[in-house]
Amino acid sequence: MTIAAKANALWEYANPRKFLATSERVLPFFWITSAALLVVGLTWGFFFTPDDYKQGSTVKIIYLHVPAALMAINCWLMMLATSLVWLVRRHHVSALAARAAAPIGIVMTLIALATGAIWGQPMWGTWWAWDPRLTSFLILFLFYLGYVALWEAIEDPDTAADLTSVLCLVGSVFAILSRYAVNFWNQGLHQGASVMRAGAVTGTDTQEKVSNIYFYPLLLCIVGFVLLFIALVLYRTGTEIRARRINALLARERVNG
Amino acid sequence: MIALLLRDLKLAFRAGGGFGLGLAFFLIVTVLVPFSVGPQSSLLSTIAPGVLWLGALLACLLSLDRLLALDWEDGSLDLLATAPLPLESVVTIKALAHWLTTGLPLVLAAPFLGVLLNLPVPGFSWLVISLLLGTPAMSVIGTFGAALTVGLKRGGLLLSLLVLPLYVPTLIFGAEVARRGATGMETQTPLLMLAGITAATVALLPFASAAVLRINLR
Repeated sequence: MTIAAKANALWEYANPRKFLATSERVLPFFWITSAALLVVGLTWGFFFTPDDYKQGSTVKIIYLHVPAALMAINCWLMMLATSLVWLVRRHHVSALAARAAAPIGIVMTLIALATGAIWGQPMWGTWWAWDPRLTSFLILFLFYLGYVALWEAIEDPDTAADLTSVLCLVGSVFAILSRYAVNFWNQGLHQGASVMRAGAVTGTDTQEKVSNIYFYPLLLCIVGFVLLFIALVLYRTGTEIRARRINALLARERVNG
Repeated sequence: MIALLLRDLKLAFRAGGGFGLGLAFFLIVTVLVPFSVGPQSSLLSTIAPGVLWLGALLACLLSLDRLLALDWEDGSLDLLATAPLPLESVVTIKALAHWLTTGLPLVLAAPFLGVLLNLPVPGFSWLVISLLLGTPAMSVIGTFGAALTVGLKRGGLLLSLLVLPLYVPTLIFGAEVARRGATGMETQTPLLMLAGITAATVALLPFASAAVLRINLR
């Protein structure tokens, strides 16, 4: 198959029926794989890794904190992509996927903030600090809230999809701007990027990096969270499509008396 | 364009236009702060730049839901949309009128309220400069929020929820300029960032506002 034909094949899933049929077929795979990875990763991480010499057992909260934080950001990126697809190609499935993803993003942001606070209390001696990373996540949380609230407030589904898409685009720019503004505004307690650095694995940079003992179960948890997120989005998008159909049926019934 | 600007200004200044509401709010917030944190002049002078910036921001926010809603209700927004003037210019003029009737008075009132909060002397000029630079961005961002929520029955609260996160960078850099100015530190970096944000939002956001308004008027 040529690349162009493959690209065309992707757009076939814009058809809600095709989307539903395929997502129902692949959903069990995503549910089971993510559950298996999370069970293995979390068990390995919680019970079969040594305590950190400095942080003790609190280091193990990393297995929830890092994947949740990653997904909180990736969820917004996914919403940005689907919003763009909706604005350009006007596929309803795309808009509904963005709508379905937003509450998942809120939950991921909350998990990241909550586990961060629980981790921060014994390590930094405080539940909360106005650290750039923490503050950015709080701002991201506010963006999610506004996005969901706008979806809920507008009755006409196409108008709602249009307006939330524009909000998502503008919001993304301001979210990045806020990230840099917050960096400028205060110095942080949070450590820098220390999980996914190619240089640290090959040994070319010598900055602190999460040790491999912790890294492998963490990798399992991250992949598990990614699959879980995909499963949740597919499932919730299916629900949104069905809800839209029910509304259409009800409206038709009212018209026919 | 000038006719539209004059019309908006007239509407704002005449009775019921809401002119002065933001100013009164700004005054009351500033007066209430010493009651809540205590009258020690050293504490007040430390927090004065931040409080004044926050007060100006909230006062600006208060007036946003009137920005397009009145024109929406009486149908003049539909007329403006079908007029030969592009909608991008219309929202720019609306933002300009909002700034002239809300932002500029706030800038002019801020030094007097600074006296109440015991703002250090070098802080006054920096406060005025930072507000003068920052309030246009607030008006333009607010216009975007107002355009998003214009068709909604009770859009006021939603408008605040949508606009406040967008105000974060402006507030950070603006308040930082005022704070550094008040303590005698160099202000160049945050000042340039603030100017950059204002320039970018004034140049780009009217397109987003007009697009959103077109969707809402569909």
